[in-house]
Amino acid sequence: MSDPKLTTLGHDETGAGTVTPPAEESADVAGTQNSLWSDAWRQLRRNVLFWIGATLGLLFVLIALFPKVFARGADPRDCSLSLSGQAPSAEHWFGFDQQGCDYMANVAFGARNSLIIGLLAVAVILVLGVLVGALSGFFGGLVDSLLSRVADIFYALPLILGALVVLRSGFLGRGVVAVAIALAAFGWMTAMRLVRSQVIAVKSSDYVAAARAMGASNSRILVRHILPNAVAPVLVYATITVGVLIAAEATLTFLGVGLQRPAISWGLQIDAGQRLLRTAPHLVLFPSLILTMTVMAFVMMGDALRDALDPRQRS
Amino acid sequence: MGRYVARRLLLTIPVLFGASFLIFAMVYALPGDPIRALGGDRPLAPAVVAQLKEQYNLNDPLGVQYLKYLGNLAQGDFGTDFRGRPVLETISQRLPITIKLTVVAIAIEAVIGIIAGVLAGIRRNSFFDNVVLVSTTLVVSIPILVLAFVAQFVFGLKLGLFPISGAQEGWYSFILPGLVLASGSLAYVARLTRTSVAENMRADYVRTARAKGLPNRTVVVRHTLRNSLIPVITFVGADIGTLLGGAIVTESVFNLPGIGRAIFDAVRAQEGAVVVGIVTLMVFFFIFFNLVVDVLYAVLDPRIRYE
Repeated sequence: MSDPKLTTLGHDETGAGTVTPPAEESADVAGTQNSLWSDAWRQLRRNVLFWIGATLGLLFVLIALFPKVFARGADPRDCSLSLSGQAPSAEHWFGFDQQGCDYMANVAFGARNSLIIGLLAVAVILVLGVLVGALSGFFGGLVDSLLSRVADIFYALPLILGALVVLRSGFLGRGVVAVAIALAAFGWMTAMRLVRSQVIAVKSSDYVAAARAMGASNSRILVRHILPNAVAPVLVYATITVGVLIAAEATLTFLGVGLQRPAISWGLQIDAGQRLLRTAPHLVLFPSLILTMTVMAFVMMGDALRDALDPRQRS
Repeated sequence: MGRYVARRLLLTIPVLFGASFLIFAMVYALPGDPIRALGGDRPLAPAVVAQLKEQYNLNDPLGVQYLKYLGNLAQGDFGTDFRGRPVLETISQRLPITIKLTVVAIAIEAVIGIIAGVLAGIRRNSFFDNVVLVSTTLVVSIPILVLAFVAQFVFGLKLGLFPISGAQEGWYSFILPGLVLASGSLAYVARLTRTSVAENMRADYVRTARAKGLPNRTVVVRHTLRNSLIPVITFVGADIGTLLGGAIVTESVFNLPGIGRAIFDAVRAQEGAVVVGIVTLMVFFFIFFNLVVDVLYAVLDPRIRYE
């Protein structure tokens, strides 16, 4: 992967009026990056927790993509009140909910919304976090003070509370996108701080000074030299955050401000089930179980990734 | 040190105002007409509506409303809800519940978390160490919502050990919700302690202590622990500030009438003054305890000096 990159880099820099040293310098950068990721992969492959997490994660993505397969042929909206609240059986593994709908089909169809919200919210968080963090760390001074204070303000408000008020105010609506944006609006600060501190750490390094001496522009230094260094911690954070936000979505929906019927969501199922906790505990159990396994998948993958990417952990 | 604290205090001012304004603006944007909702089925007389709107400054633009609110706040007046009940009264009634919950949760996370972390850290890669690692991953992965229902079902309904709703049985009612609320931080404390202890066990001064022939107990308790617990104490301290802000989910599921429950109800009922009042208080706790922890750090670790 390094070869085509190197040649383009070389052209650029010869075009900028420099000779051989820059090509060598960037060759070094590409070299260390390569070995960081291949080292990390070697480390990951040996980690049992990573494989458990990856398997659970893959299973969850498959359920989200093909819920029909996992519903075992049942239609989540094909209900019969005579079956209301029936316990799990050999034929219907998760039993029936209060309306007499096949519960396994309902739980399976709930995965898609969770996955979309988790991924969408993290994508928005990454865009916001990288953008604000990079600006803040790179320019420093007044820009940094201003952006950092804004982050402090959002940081002082708990995620669930902030998203609760945004969703209740209703100017985003109540759909999948609205929930994702509400979560991202109160969840971008950690990504911003991660990127900011990485940028500040790398900014004063020799190779950035060298690139600047060769006349590289601010945006080029930021994109080519500084941001690649922030990828590792941000990737770890993003992986875990997908899980955290999926749990947050279920919580908001449970509290009555997230997704609404007729949408199918684990939060709605837990909310409906909790009223029948005494008589039909399986209604809370199954969506809770699948939700937990999903969150666990991302937490485990993130944890394993952090161990693999942290050179200090290696012997 | 004094200058450091002063600078930090100055920095908290924009955060405090910013956060309360943010919430104020969002509550301002809440849909529906809270005054009309007051009347229920019978619509209020137009004169009454006009008078109420005037009284609660609802006719003013957002900025003016916020400034008027701040002016009252500066005089110690948190305002009243739409039923005329002072917000301060709601807070003073709800806060003791949240304080009790916080005390229980902090005690649980500190005691269990530190003990588990120390035992895992002094024998790294032992069986117990792996148990701690796996169980903390598990606990972190279980959403509070799920944990709350599992705890209610297993310890409340099936085993009948703890009350699952309300705060009628004094401190005893807070054990189960406290455990649920503490779970995430507990796992974090255990991991933090483990890493910190494991690191310090390899430190030169620990080797020196052993070379002097000190018994293992003294080495662990006097030399390793004291240094290892500094980051843990700062984390737990900051957590107090977070927990005092109320736990919306835990208080809702266990039906505890604390700050978290109050704010949830207030958001639903569009009680702007209550929401903003509690959030301001919550942000204050958060900032205050973070500041205390930062200062405490210097006291505990003499290597750190603030200018």
